[in-house]
Formats: sequence, C-alpha cells, structure tokens
Amino acid sequence: MTDLATTLAPERTAPVPVPVRTRRGGVGRRVVVGVLAVLLLAALWELVKVVVPDAGGHVGGASLLPRTDDLAMPHTWEIVQRVLQPETSATGSPTVLSAMLAACWFTLRVALAGWLLGSVGGLLLAALMQRSQLAESALVPWVVLSQTVPLIALAPLVVGWGGRIHLGGLEWQRWMSVALIASYLAFFPVTIGALRGFQSPAAAQVELYRSLAATWSRTMLSLRLPASVPYLLPALRLGAATAVVGAIVAEVSTGTKGGIGRLIIGYAQSASGDPAKPWAAIIAAALLGLLAAGLVSLLGLGLGRYRYAEVR
Amino acid sequence: MSAVEARGVGKVFSSRSGEVTALDGIDLTVADGEFVSLIGPSGCGKSTLLRLIADLDTPTSGGITVFGKTPQQAREAQDYGIAFQQAGLLPWRTVTANVELPLELHGVGKAERAARVVELLELVGLGEFAGHFPHQLSGGMQQRVAIARALAERPSLLLMDEPFGALDEMTRERMQTELVRICAESGAAVVFVTHSIPEAVFLSQRVVVMSPRPGRISAVVPVDLGADRGEGLREDAAFFAAVTAVREALHGTPVAVRGMDAR
Repeated sequence: MTDLATTLAPERTAPVPVPVRTRRGGVGRRVVVGVLAVLLLAALWELVKVVVPDAGGHVGGASLLPRTDDLAMPHTWEIVQRVLQPETSATGSPTVLSAMLAACWFTLRVALAGWLLGSVGGLLLAALMQRSQLAESALVPWVVLSQTVPLIALAPLVVGWGGRIHLGGLEWQRWMSVALIASYLAFFPVTIGALRGFQSPAAAQVELYRSLAATWSRTMLSLRLPASVPYLLPALRLGAATAVVGAIVAEVSTGTKGGIGRLIIGYAQSASGDPAKPWAAIIAAALLGLLAAGLVSLLGLGLGRYRYAEVR
Repeated sequence: MSAVEARGVGKVFSSRSGEVTALDGIDLTVADGEFVSLIGPSGCGKSTLLRLIADLDTPTSGGITVFGKTPQQAREAQDYGIAFQQAGLLPWRTVTANVELPLELHGVGKAERAARVVELLELVGLGEFAGHFPHQLSGGMQQRVAIARALAERPSLLLMDEPFGALDEMTRERMQTELVRICAESGAAVVFVTHSIPEAVFLSQRVVVMSPRPGRISAVVPVDLGADRGEGLREDAAFFAAVTAVREALHGTPVAVRGMDAR
C-alpha cells in the first residue's frame, strides 16, 4: 500500500530532475529480483510448514499461528502439480491451468474495461478540480468517501440499475456491471494522482503561460498534462491493480460466471479434499493484478522525456 | 509613447493577520527603449510592481498603462516578454522547443518558428545546444534559454524579475554583459528587478530605489554609463560613483536621521 500512500501524500514535493537513463539500465536486474522474491516467498512458506507444528501455534486457548498441515498449507510443489492436472475427475475435463487461463482472460478484459472507464473519469474529474477551486473543495471529500463504501454493498445496486438500462439496441450485460464496479475502484488513485500532477508545475511556469495569454485548455494540454506524467503513470498502474481486485470482488458479489473470482469460490468449495486447488486460483488472481499493472507500465515506454522525475 | 506609465499605484494584500500595504503611491514612467532597474530590500514591493505591469496581479488603486493600453490588453497583445528568477523551462522540451513555446502557442508556422529560434539561440550564444534538454544545461545556460524565450516575439518591453538571482557571481557578470548587448540589439525597454547594486548600476539608465513598509519609490538615480559597456566598466571611477550614489539612496532614505535629500 506504500504506492497508495505516496499517491495520497498531501505535500506537493517538486519533482527532483533525475535523468531517466540512469534508472532504466536495471530492467534485467528488476526481473531477477522479482523472480528471487517469488522464490523467497515459496521458501518462507515451506519454512513455516517445517517450523510451526501442524496444529498451529497456540498461546493459552487462543490460536496465534495458522494450521500448517498439508490440508491448510499444501506444499508449493503440490500446488504447481495441481495446476497441471485436470480440473475434475470427469473425462475430458480441462486442466486447472487452462481453466484458470480462460478465467483470467475474461477477468482481465473486464478489469481493463473498468480501468479505462475509471481512468478517463478520474482524469476528467481531476481536470475539473484543477479548473475550479470550488469544485476541488467540494469534491475531494466525496472522492475519499467513495472508497469507504464497501464494494459488496454496491454490487447488487449496480446490477439492479443495469437491469433497467436499455439504450437502443444495447442490452446491459452482467460483465458491464462488473466493469463499472472495477472502474469505481480504479478512478480513485487516478483522480488523486492526476490532480497532484496537474497542480505540479512551478509558479514560474504557470505564470509564464498566463503572460503568454494561453487559454486554460491550452495550458492544460501544453503544460499541466505533460507535467503530470510522472504522477500519472504510477497512479494508472495502481489503478490497474485495483481494477483487477474490483473486478474479482464484483464477480463474486454479482455472481458473474466465467471469471477468476467465480473460480476462486468454486475451487474453495473443494478445499477440504483438494487443498492445492484454491491456492492455485488465489495465486492466479495475484498474478493477474501484477500482469495488469505491468501492461499499464508499458504505457510509460514511449514517454521517456516526460518521466524526468518519476514519483514513486 | 512611454513603455510603462504608473500613476499613484497602490497594492494592498489582505491576509488573515490583517492588511499589508505592498505598494503605495507609485509614480513611474519608463520610456521606449529605456533600461530601468527596481532595487530595494526584500518586501519593498519591487517584484509586486513588476507583476502589476505584467498583469499577473492587479493594483488596488491607481492605474498602469503599457504602451498606452491596460496591462491586460498589453499581455493579451504580447507586448512584453517576461523572465523570472527561476528559468521555468519545461523539462520535457528541448532548448529549441522551449524557446519556440510562445510562438507555438500563438500559432506561428513551423518554418518561421525554426528560423526565429536559430536567430535567438545565436543571440544568447547557445546555437550548439539546440537539441539539449534543460537538465543538461548549467543554471546560467538555462537562464539564457529563458531570456531567448522572452525575446521570441520581439517584444518592445522586457520584464525581468531577478533573472540572475540564482547564479554565481562570475556567471552573473557575464550574463549582465550579454544582456546589455542583447538589449542594444533588440531595442526593447526593460524593467529589471534586482537585489544587487552593481548589477543595477551596470545595466540601467535609471535606477529606481524603493523602500519597504509601505513600498514606495524613495529615489531615482540616473546612471547612464553609455552604450558601450564592457567588462572594463566595472573598474571605472564613474561606475563606482554611481554605485555609491545608489547605495546612499538605499540606506539613507528610510531612517532619514541625517536628512538625506535623495529626491
């Protein structure tokens, strides 16, 4: 959550000009570190299994550490093996891997639709708040408040509203509700990041544009938008990750079939007899969030000259 | 017609802790092509006066005209170019793109822009740095880019707010010499805000000395050291005499114990 904390940090630190080239050299290194971190996590998992007794740790009557028997915490290699086996014992059943890939593909598309919607909405909202001090003071509390409403409470509402929408030939689909809920999570970091970015130009730059008699929209496109890139890229990345979380939660709470959220629920029901299966789905969901954030990072590749000072 | 004409200009800032009179009863005329420096201690309102001329702020009393127009009309007509203490270059634009920004915003065609940028970079001696980004330049070079940008639309008035304030002494003196040359070539009137007495004396035809709380003009010292000002002038007796005159006007006036008659 440090990413979110940075996005939310109220102080307007002037970006320190750091030439991008000095940091870009480490792509290979970052991949290696990332792989090492995954291996470390797996090792830690196995270590806990070895060290903590099967029944878990207890102090007095209270359970302090989780159970570590093979039913609660299957071995990492069992999880990997399970992924490659068929989903059920029925003949012709696809492997867990292919089922998960299909589900991830479904969820990813829905999450990206939600991310796109949330990002556009967030950008427009931030532009409005930049334009009008009044709008900023009026909207910021609502923007923050919006994130305290539990998604699960919203899901049935959105589905209910969606059911009543008929725009010409457009029939409201279940996945659209899921995307809408995902966008509700994604718009938040984008709004906050974009607003900070739009407000980031130095006074001398803003006054230069004023002295040049540039209109608000011209100043936005030529000064504020480019200046916001170092703030916007991390916010969009964070937005993509939250869109995936939003899509998964929304799938579960709206009962949408076909996505990884539904798969997690389905697999969890077989946890007692097949403990590796739900873990596989959980890992897939986590990887999906990383993948979404990674895809969005690609946006930054063409924007090198604007990333003179990336805010992390 | 004079470049700038201020009559009875006052500016009051209201804040939670009360009202602060930044400027009071300012009368000032800057002739066409004239170089005028505003000098004074912090809080004397010299930057505020410049901002009023630039229409970055509005006076609470009195009136200002720039080439006979209101400051707003003059700003919209791009009658002036402005440079601040911070160069304020856009870090994602090259030197060329930074200099042509005003032209680009006002819809000047590509070919014309390119030709003008070549001229301007030649003028400020940065011809070979056209493709560089601001972070690759020294502070002095960045400031020269900012000056070139201010000159892009051939303004007849240049407003400069401590443009050399953040530079080291050696760079500063070199920039002053260059500015004298640039102004002679462009023929623009200049209003130049500074903290430095030698800088004001070296650059200006008139030095306007201001005193704080409330910001007023306490003296105007004419120092015309001729059009041909080179490094040698800094050692010249006339230069020292003018520096002394400005210093006395600065220090003598607010606590007029010995009855300085600087006016």
